[in-house]
Amino acid sequence: MASLRELSQKEVLFTGGHRLCAGCPAPIVVKQALLAAPRAPIIVQPTCCLEISSAVFPYTAWKTPYYHNAFENAAAVASGIEAAVKALKKRGKLDAGKDYYIICIGGDGGTYDIGFQALSGMLERGHRVLYICYDNGAYMNTGIQRSGATPYGAWTTTSHVGEAQKGKQQHRKDLAWIAAAHGAYVANASLHNWRDFMRKVEKALNYEGSSFINIQAPCPRGWRFPENMTVEIARLGTETCFYPLFEVEDRGQKWVINYTPKNKLPITEYLKPQGRFAHFFQKDNEYLIEEFQAEVDRRWEHLQRLAKMSAE
Amino acid sequence: MVQINNAIRKLDKGALPVWYEIPLGGTLVSEGSTEYKTGGWRTKRPIWDPEDCSHCLICWIYCPEMAIQVKDGKITGIDTTLCKGCGICAQECPRDKAMTMAEGGDY
Repeated sequence: MASLRELSQKEVLFTGGHRLCAGCPAPIVVKQALLAAPRAPIIVQPTCCLEISSAVFPYTAWKTPYYHNAFENAAAVASGIEAAVKALKKRGKLDAGKDYYIICIGGDGGTYDIGFQALSGMLERGHRVLYICYDNGAYMNTGIQRSGATPYGAWTTTSHVGEAQKGKQQHRKDLAWIAAAHGAYVANASLHNWRDFMRKVEKALNYEGSSFINIQAPCPRGWRFPENMTVEIARLGTETCFYPLFEVEDRGQKWVINYTPKNKLPITEYLKPQGRFAHFFQKDNEYLIEEFQAEVDRRWEHLQRLAKMSAE
Repeated sequence: MVQINNAIRKLDKGALPVWYEIPLGGTLVSEGSTEYKTGGWRTKRPIWDPEDCSHCLICWIYCPEMAIQVKDGKITGIDTTLCKGCGICAQECPRDKAMTMAEGGDY
C-alpha cells in the first residue's frame, strides 16, 4: 500500500464544488476508493445523497465515466455494464488486454432496502463489480427516515421518541453477512482507517467475481453531532466493536478480523456524542443502553467465533 | 431560431442556454464542479500554519471538499473557494497549531 505522500501525487477523480453538507462522509469515501483504483473506474450510482449532490445539472463532480439510474436497480445496471464490456471486448471494440473496473456506490437505503434484490442478483450471478455501500444508517437524502441499517433505539423522523416507543424498535440488519452468504468477497470498513479501506478496494477490484464493501459513514446531519467529528465518530464505532473491520474470502469460508481494539470501549462512548441517542441517557431509559450493548457483544463474539473457526 | 438566439446572446452575455444547446439525454459534460464555489457556506475557517505543519497529509486524505492543496507531497495551502469549514482537518491534525479553526468564514 502506497503512503499518503505517494497517493497525493495521483489526481483525485472527484472534485470539490459538490453540494454535500459540510463534514459529509460520502466524498471522503469516494476519494479514498478512487485513489485505490488502478485507473478511472466506471461509476454506477442509485439515487442517494451523493448522487443528487455531486451530479447537479450542468455540473458534475466526477471525472470518471458516470451512470445514474433509479433507486432499486443500481446493481442490475452495473451487471449490464460489466456484460457489455465483456461483449465489446469479444467483438474487438474495446481493448481485450485492458481491465475495466466498475464500481457501484450506494447509500444504505438504496442497498439494504430498495436495491437489495438487484444487489442479491448481482452477487449471485458473480458479475465482476465492486459494490460499495456507504452506510449512514438512514435515508438521509429524503430527511432522515429509518432504514434497515438504522441501529436499535435511534431517533429518526419515522422512528419517534416518546411514550409509546423509544426510537427504532428493531436491531439493524447485518448486510455484510447476507452478502457473504452469496459467496462474494465481502468486507466491512470504516472511513477513519483509510489504509484498511483502500487495501480492501484494491483487493476487491482485482477479485474474479462480485465484491461488496460496507463502509461506516457517520452523517453529522442525521446522527446529530458537530460536523468536525465525522472521522472521530467512525473511529469510536470501530473501537466499541459496533462496526468491526473484517473481510470474508473463499466463498464465505474464510473470515478475518482486520482490527481488534486493545481496549474494547463501552458502547456509551459511541452513543454519547450523537444526538439521535440522546434519550438513552434520560431517566428510566438505561435498558436501551443495556440492550444495545448486549447486541453489539453478541455480534462481536459471533464474528470472533467465525474468525477462529476459519483460522483452524 | 438560431439567428434570434445569436442576437439575444450579443445583447445578454449571461443568457441561459436554449434547448438545442443542451446536451441530449441529460448528459453532463462539465469537467468537475469546482466552478461552483462552495466557500460561501463557511461559518468557520481553517488556519494553516506552515511553520508547525509536518506535512503528514492526514488532513488531505480526510478533507471532503478536496480543498487541501498539495504539491510534490507537501501542503501548499487551502482552497478557500471550496472549503465549507467543517473542521475535520483541524480535528484530525496530530499537531497543536498546524491546523486550527477560527470563527467567521471570511479570510
